[in-house]
Amino acid sequence: MVRKLFLLAAALAALAIGAFWVLTIPQTVSAGALEPHKPNLANGRTLFYIGGCASCHATPGQKDPTKLGGGLALESPFGTFYPPNISSDPNDGIGGWSEAQFITAMTKGTSPEGEHLYPAFPYTSYQHMSRRDLRDLFAFLKTLPAVQNPKREHELAFPFNIRRLIGVWKLLYLDGLPFQPDPSKPDDWNRGAYLVNGPGHCAECHSPRSFLGAVIPSLRFTGGPTPDGVDWVPNITQFKLKDWKEADFAEVLKTGMLPDFDRVGGPMVDVVHNTAQLTDDDRTAIATYIKSLPPVEGLTPPKKK
Amino acid sequence: MPIRTMLAALAVVLSVGAVLAQSDPVKTREDLMKQNDKHAKAVVQMMKGQRPFDAKAVEAAFAQWAETAQKLPSLFPDNAKTGGDNRASPKIWENKKDFEAKAAAFAKSVADNRAKAVESLDGLKATIPVVGKACDSCHKLYRLSKRQ
Repeated sequence: MVRKLFLLAAALAALAIGAFWVLTIPQTVSAGALEPHKPNLANGRTLFYIGGCASCHATPGQKDPTKLGGGLALESPFGTFYPPNISSDPNDGIGGWSEAQFITAMTKGTSPEGEHLYPAFPYTSYQHMSRRDLRDLFAFLKTLPAVQNPKREHELAFPFNIRRLIGVWKLLYLDGLPFQPDPSKPDDWNRGAYLVNGPGHCAECHSPRSFLGAVIPSLRFTGGPTPDGVDWVPNITQFKLKDWKEADFAEVLKTGMLPDFDRVGGPMVDVVHNTAQLTDDDRTAIATYIKSLPPVEGLTPPKKK
Repeated sequence: MPIRTMLAALAVVLSVGAVLAQSDPVKTREDLMKQNDKHAKAVVQMMKGQRPFDAKAVEAAFAQWAETAQKLPSLFPDNAKTGGDNRASPKIWENKKDFEAKAAAFAKSVADNRAKAVESLDGLKATIPVVGKACDSCHKLYRLSKRQ
């Protein structure tokens, strides 16, 4: 009897491990799934700037946003992440990647080696980008300079250093759906919603995260602590910004000037370097969408010391 | 009380107030930054055509910013990390040299762009974004957001 129970337990455990293994297999997009495409480099450039690639991937300590050698240290509760080289260098960067590998990384969070990428790389937002935009962005990235700088491994605490576990995280938090426009809303609102929730990935910083590091959906856009815990990202819903007009949001994204004639600070400085490169129409679209966010009270920041 | 005594008393009260303000770096830097924004408002409104170009007001703005830049390095002593509506990041004291270098770069940017900005509206439009970048290079690393 004991022997039978033991065998049953062993069988169940094997089944569970097998299920875990199958469910956490990193997903990919196959080259065969891609229809013919003529890249639009101007559109790729727009996506490069709204995507904020340079904020994390640009070589630290220099000002050129197109030198994407990686290596910036990003402190987080899980350890330190080092964004990799995404320059066109064939060895250290993504110069040797295929389009399918790039789309796989951006939408499935899977590397060309078939490993899970950490969601510090915001594929939770990038997964909503259109195929066309992803391919234009890839074509644009390939035109940027090659920078030699091999990738540096992240320094993460156990158990976060086990990549396979990200497969479970993805089951919970990655829906794999492209952006769905709301037909009841005007075109510029939909354009704004796409830019904000897809490539712009605004909510990745402007939302609090759960203990598993996932954005808390009900508190999306209400701000929260910065990953290093030093600062607090502002609530950008109408709960805090009801006095801002749409033009005020557009102005911040263009010049960094706030309605009270103060200027943005912290990581938003780099964001504005990027959004300043967009067209007025795109900034207005973003403003239209952000202005439409319903008022939601966020978490209470810890008292100042 | 004779008028002279009252005036003397008033003078004492005022000078004590001035000394107190001096000895409170958090308050001093907050006041300076508020003044900076006030002048920025005037200048930006000129750039947007919401008020006429006024060389004197531009001069006043640059004088205010130059004063701020000159005082900044002395306003972050070790005993002024907290208090008031303080938004100074603890990183200032971890990277004091870099912080001071950025304050010096701000001072240089104000000095270098002053003449051109005062000259004409076009000069103003060309220089303000440059000075703004000097503001940003410090605020990016060393100023915390407003707690809400």
